[in-house]
Amino acid sequence: MKITVTVTLKKDVLDPQGKVVSKTLKNMGYNNIINVRQGKHFEIEIDESDKQKSKEIVEEICKKLLTNTIIEDYNIYIN
Amino acid sequence: MRSSVIVFPGSNCDRDVAVALKKFKIRNQMVWHNESNLPKSDLVVLPGGFSYGDYLRAGCIASKSKIMNDVINHAKKGGLLLGICNGFQILIEAGLLPGILLRNKKLKFLAKNIFLKILTYNNKFTSNYKKKNIITLPIAHNEGNYFASSNILKSLEDEDLVPFKYCDEKGYINSESNPNGSSNNIAGILNAKKNILGMMPHPERLIDSLLSGEDGSILFEGLLKS
Repeated sequence: MKITVTVTLKKDVLDPQGKVVSKTLKNMGYNNIINVRQGKHFEIEIDESDKQKSKEIVEEICKKLLTNTIIEDYNIYIN
Repeated sequence: MRSSVIVFPGSNCDRDVAVALKKFKIRNQMVWHNESNLPKSDLVVLPGGFSYGDYLRAGCIASKSKIMNDVINHAKKGGLLLGICNGFQILIEAGLLPGILLRNKKLKFLAKNIFLKILTYNNKFTSNYKKKNIITLPIAHNEGNYFASSNILKSLEDEDLVPFKYCDEKGYINSESNPNGSSNNIAGILNAKKNILGMMPHPERLIDSLLSGEDGSILFEGLLKS
């Protein structure tokens, strides 16, 4: 099973890279861009056919390794 | 006194620390991250560098190394544990110290000398700084911007767990003397039991009067007295 995880900085944490990207886009003429948040994208292949079980494992991985929950949020997508 | 310096792939201040420890007659051993047993040590040092190329988050992968189980046990039993720069980031990722080190406020890698004020002497690492409480040490980091919730910051201050703050030449702690945007100008913190210190500046680089000064020596001498 393939699972996708995205990790982004929490809403209240300053994301300097996202800010720079957003500013650059505006400088390039994309005036309708309001805001950009940059994050990380993980594609995880797991040897487990049960959806619920896979989700639980990935959730645990997110908490233990992929994110620092003080400043980051994660989203799990099961295809 | 016996010490162990843990070497991770990408550590680059490990030998500097070893030289410093040796200078002060501390019997040191280098320990590879993949070992499972920590040699008998009074002090464990997690050195600076870029362990695992800062993949995922600075210090994150190193904090899950095999040897870290023993390092955590050593600290839980009250053994001294010092994390310098990347070592501080590893301590935080291992959950041994609270908060997190974010990217420097101005997004630049900083490599320069800064002034530090010593704010507490109630621990084995800084007790010897009574004779000199404004010191100069070098910093060299990209993620040194200490951040924690206001509750954590309050308890660190209330419990006297912030030994180092960035200051100016005269010892004033303000936003101008804050190189990286750290909350409350924090440059180093202790755990509640005061046997774990994490700090961004590099004391091991100032241990020789011929090489820019000895403000770092005071820390190592202090450890011997403790």
